[in-house]
Amino acid sequence: MAEPLLSVRGLSTSFRGEGGVVRAVDDVSFDVAAGETVAIVGESGSGKSVTALSVLRLIPEPPGRIEAKAVRFAGRDLGALDASGIQALRGNDIAMIFQEPMSSLNPALTVGMQVAEPLNRHRGMPWPEALAEATALLRKVQIADPDRRLASYPHQFSGGMRQRVMIAMALACRPKLIIADEPTTALDVTVQAQILELLKTLTRESGTALILITHDLGVVARYADRVCVMYAGRLVETGPARTIYETPRHPYTVGLMASIPRLDEEIGRRLVPIEGQPPDLSALPPGCAFRPRCPRAVARCERERPALEPIGPDHHKACWNDVRG
Amino acid sequence: MSAAETLLEVEDLRVHFPVLRGIVFHRPVGTIKAVDGVGFRLARGKTLGLVGESGCGKSTTGLAVLRMLTPSGGAIRFEGRDITQADADTLRPLRRRMQMVYQDPYGSLNPRMTVADIVGEPLAVHDIGTPAERRAATAELIALVGLKPDMADRYPHEFSGGQRQRIGIARALALRPSLIVCDEPVSALDVSIQAQIVNLFEDLQTRLGLSYLFIAHDLAVVRHISERVAVMYLGRIVETADRRDLYKAPLHPYTQALLAAVPIPSPALEAQRAHPVVAGEVPSPMNPPRGCHFHPRCPHAKPVCSETAPALRDLGQGRAVACHLHGD
Ligand SMILES: Nc1ncnc2c1ncn2[C@@H]1O[C@H](COP(=O)(O)OP(=O)(O)OP(=O)(O)O)[C@@H](O)[C@H]1O
Ligand SMILES: Nc1ncnc2c1ncn2[C@@H]1O[C@H](COP(=O)(O)OP(=O)(O)OP(=O)(O)O)[C@@H](O)[C@H]1O
Ligand code: SF4
Ligand SMILES: [Mg+2]
Ligand SMILES: [Mg+2]
Repeated sequence: MAEPLLSVRGLSTSFRGEGGVVRAVDDVSFDVAAGETVAIVGESGSGKSVTALSVLRLIPEPPGRIEAKAVRFAGRDLGALDASGIQALRGNDIAMIFQEPMSSLNPALTVGMQVAEPLNRHRGMPWPEALAEATALLRKVQIADPDRRLASYPHQFSGGMRQRVMIAMALACRPKLIIADEPTTALDVTVQAQILELLKTLTRESGTALILITHDLGVVARYADRVCVMYAGRLVETGPARTIYETPRHPYTVGLMASIPRLDEEIGRRLVPIEGQPPDLSALPPGCAFRPRCPRAVARCERERPALEPIGPDHHKACWNDVRG
Repeated sequence: MSAAETLLEVEDLRVHFPVLRGIVFHRPVGTIKAVDGVGFRLARGKTLGLVGESGCGKSTTGLAVLRMLTPSGGAIRFEGRDITQADADTLRPLRRRMQMVYQDPYGSLNPRMTVADIVGEPLAVHDIGTPAERRAATAELIALVGLKPDMADRYPHEFSGGQRQRIGIARALALRPSLIVCDEPVSALDVSIQAQIVNLFEDLQTRLGLSYLFIAHDLAVVRHISERVAVMYLGRIVETADRRDLYKAPLHPYTQALLAAVPIPSPALEAQRAHPVVAGEVPSPMNPPRGCHFHPRCPHAKPVCSETAPALRDLGQGRAVACHLHGD
């Protein structure tokens, strides 16, 4: 098999705070192949954003501390890059899109300047050319009347349009990988559909890989090729999207699938919740973090932490019990 | 319509807010028609889901129904009485029968009060029972929503989102209401916790005969919990129907667009499904489009759609739609 575009091995990120050390990401390993869409799902606080930010070393150290056995991207060892090397990579080979575009856009600069700036900086385009390219990019993300819109400021745009601008900026340098962290969570469902369809079309067209962070299992089903399920800072199950939805094997994934109402099922089913409460990362039990809520726990779960092990073609889970169905 | 007793009836409800400008002297420069012609009926013991995108007027409708604000027009009948313009004295006894559960339980719980105080406060305010009776009633409420007795003396910050929502629900139940307006009660919760709270709402309805006006933007949750559904767009109801009809065969182009936009958690189904996207975004309620509010985004718009606002037309079998395509 060809080397994956991104390969992460043994990534752990912790934060030191008043309450002690929180292991937000704990020994996470995954691959992203060129051109594919990988979803990271999990509940609030499970470590999805910190995983992505750690890959790009966007975690402030201190209070954060990132450790990894290996992070390789496009044949390069990211661990060997210094701060400026990583910075050159961001916005060039890897672009990031956040949930709230307002926080990543400069309110004092026109949209045109902001889209053109990376073209000028990373690709060395002279400004007139960069602005012309910015117009083309805004057209590509379906912003009406892009010539005129170059002179607008971010606050003059709606939430959906700002997210389109973010996508235009992400695409500007023709990255090999885009990391989108809850890119549509703040948007209405019809606008969410527009933005995600756009992202899909444009990444397919250019062969760009996408890491899509979301808690929406519907969005994952519609867009992801592969899925990583996180719980309490660890990956508990990974695999092709159809495998994860049709034959989930980790009790948490099985529980998630049973707990959501779906538009395609018979009316009147009783939902099956996952009992208990989300874990407190600063007071995790020894053994498997899911054990207090797990209907399938065995004796070993209380003592030893299960590692992510292969259980089928490209399918992994971290669980002591051999759950089926 | 079925013979079920109507608990709440809303007719042509309007809530308009003045838009004020100026730093010292506020002068009105326009009107936001947040709710502009909303009608529905909620039967006793049943659930009506109210869906629509951000800013379409769902919360404002809920607040008007509870008379936490005064409507600009239309009629609200609750338990057979017209409360549209009722004054504070008339409303006081009725307030006990209508309660609200909010999206953000944290923001609505006093951080300095214990759970028992929060849940029992409505009883104390309305001077119901002796202190001992109130303590007993509070303990019962805490058990009813699935919290443990030893949680009564703790404070809201010690609880997770789902548990805080249980506290909010216990408090809403204290005065034995017949109607609960639930404004996005599960949207801030993790999916694994949403199911716990949805099941709790269902159990409480069965046990206590409650009626819910269930406001949400998650169409799958609404389909699960509501017998009837009303779809709003920019201040107006565009379609109402029994859930089976609405989800199987939506009639209004906006309802169709909304349902097409919701991804189904099945990669196999999604791979076969077409993903038509409706263009544009919801316009500002300050300056809504003429005619049918949806016409600039509607793939089926006809000339009349930009001229005249379609009335909500009763099609029989409990269905009503406001669309020129479904006229005479
Ligand atoms: N800068 C920080 N300092 C201290 N703790 C942090 C910091 N950033 C994140 N954390 C902690 O790390 C854990 C994982 O956070 P993360 O943001 O990755 O979760 P998430 O899965 O993205 O959740 P959400 O769905 O809410 O976005 C959380 O417990 C969070 O409180
Ligand atoms: N007190 C107020 N004064 C002025 N405008 C208001 C007021 N309350 C609400 N609005 C406006 O009325 C419109 C409807 O608001 P409302 O909160 O009812 O929408 P919603 O459907 O509940 O939206 P969301 O899904 O975002 O909660 C919005 O444009 C809002 O800005
Ligand atoms: S390891 Fe044990 S507790 Fe953890 S998920 Fe598997 S069965 Fe449940
Ligand atoms: Mg996050
Ligand atoms: Mg609201």
